[in-house]
Amino acid sequence: MDSVKHLRFDVAVVGAGPAGIAAALAAADSGRTVGLIDDNPAAGGQIWRTAYNSARPSASSIWFNRLNKSAVQIVRGARVFHAATGELAAESDESGIQIGYGKLILATGARELFLPFPGWTLPNVMGAGGLQAFVKSGLDISGKRILIAGTGPLLLAVGAYARKCGAKVIGICEQTTRSRMARFALKMMLIPGKAAEAARLAFELRGIPYWIDCWPVAAFGNRRVETVRISRRGQTSEIECDYLACGFHLIPNSELPRMCGCRLRQNFVQVDDYQQTSVSGIFCAGEPTGIGGLELALVEGEIAGYAATNWEDRAKHLFAKRDHYQKVVRILLDAFPLRPELKTLARPDTLVCRCEDVSHERLCEHASWRAAKLHARCGMGPCQGRVCAPATEFLFGWQIDSIRPPLFPVRCSSLAVNPSHSAPRN
Amino acid sequence: MSDSVSVRVNGKLVTVRAGSTVAVAVVASGATCRASVTGQPRSPLCGMGTCFECRVAIDGEPQRRSCQVLCQANMEIEANG
Repeated sequence: MDSVKHLRFDVAVVGAGPAGIAAALAAADSGRTVGLIDDNPAAGGQIWRTAYNSARPSASSIWFNRLNKSAVQIVRGARVFHAATGELAAESDESGIQIGYGKLILATGARELFLPFPGWTLPNVMGAGGLQAFVKSGLDISGKRILIAGTGPLLLAVGAYARKCGAKVIGICEQTTRSRMARFALKMMLIPGKAAEAARLAFELRGIPYWIDCWPVAAFGNRRVETVRISRRGQTSEIECDYLACGFHLIPNSELPRMCGCRLRQNFVQVDDYQQTSVSGIFCAGEPTGIGGLELALVEGEIAGYAATNWEDRAKHLFAKRDHYQKVVRILLDAFPLRPELKTLARPDTLVCRCEDVSHERLCEHASWRAAKLHARCGMGPCQGRVCAPATEFLFGWQIDSIRPPLFPVRCSSLAVNPSHSAPRN
Repeated sequence: MSDSVSVRVNGKLVTVRAGSTVAVAVVASGATCRASVTGQPRSPLCGMGTCFECRVAIDGEPQRRSCQVLCQANMEIEANG
């Protein structure tokens, strides 16, 4: 334990979700050495997280088969915590890992946006995707009463999944407005394949109430959630449940791209046609460049993989496909903006920073993320602001002004893996 | 390969499906993962290694993210929620 392992790849891909897998396979076509680095125990990312009780979704099996037959070296359970020119520092349970690379592809995915409301820190109040991931990790929810809330199509997918696993889904609360929802549905119907997808989902969710203009106001319970108060078209009511699965859309994991010096535009990593970031030789694919879902992530990954191995012709062939899926993304973004009422849910004593237990009223004393961090310890805990910083951006308009290593808390011994050059900065 | 695995959570024997994460075993035992800095009980939020709410001690090593670690037979888990 605690030795330092050294690896070197012509192309290093960080993140083994769909974008990273597609990127690694495309890059490996060139015969170059490719490393696929991921912090989870297995490849697949969130959407292709292997469920304990079922085979992988069929759409993914073709990719996993290709991955298994390829020369791509998968580095599992490795958390990248520092980046410098040509080098990454990571940590596994066994050792520190120094990873040298020629080209770098960042496919770090997304996480859920969580918004504070009274009771959101109670056990069994989870993310929507969070609950799904937890169930895939082995949690038994058969017979459990689950309320789903937040925004976006993910809620429907989670509802269908929870029902399939034997849970009693009490209802799905969607915060967006009725008119936006109607426009969204209409536009999606015009996209080939989406109508069939919607019909299948509607069938899987039959009988489960889907409440529009509806959001959680507070959660109550003794040591775990027992009741959730929801607001629905101006009225509040209380619903008993065993779990509240609550997510307010996805936000990009942009910490590592930022540490690499990649420029962002409106929180997303800016890339050119070839998925190259503002830093030459560093590419980015999937959710960090814009929340776009599975198909877009795959095609962006392939483009990045080919471009990183100087196979521009192959990359170019995929541009039209990418344009198509980007259109879907724009429809999504239009449909689910967060309503201003969600900014008023936190009470003075509602915690915003869950690591350091910093309340809303303590944050109100400060004018910026930095001030709140320095004076109230907001964002100073182990998650490094991954949960509270996006929340304060929504609540107060604050921006994180710097990203510093280590990206995650690491063992002291792993700090010996110290990238030799400082990262380029913009 | 057996289709279940047994671990101890705060001394209590818990059997979960093979391949389950430690976080699953903690919740199945009825415990909560950690106590916050002001003593509130907490359990997993994000399910994907980001929020650090699922921290427990595994075989004596503190501050492990239980949602990222798979259960191994006879693991000793300490959850202080």
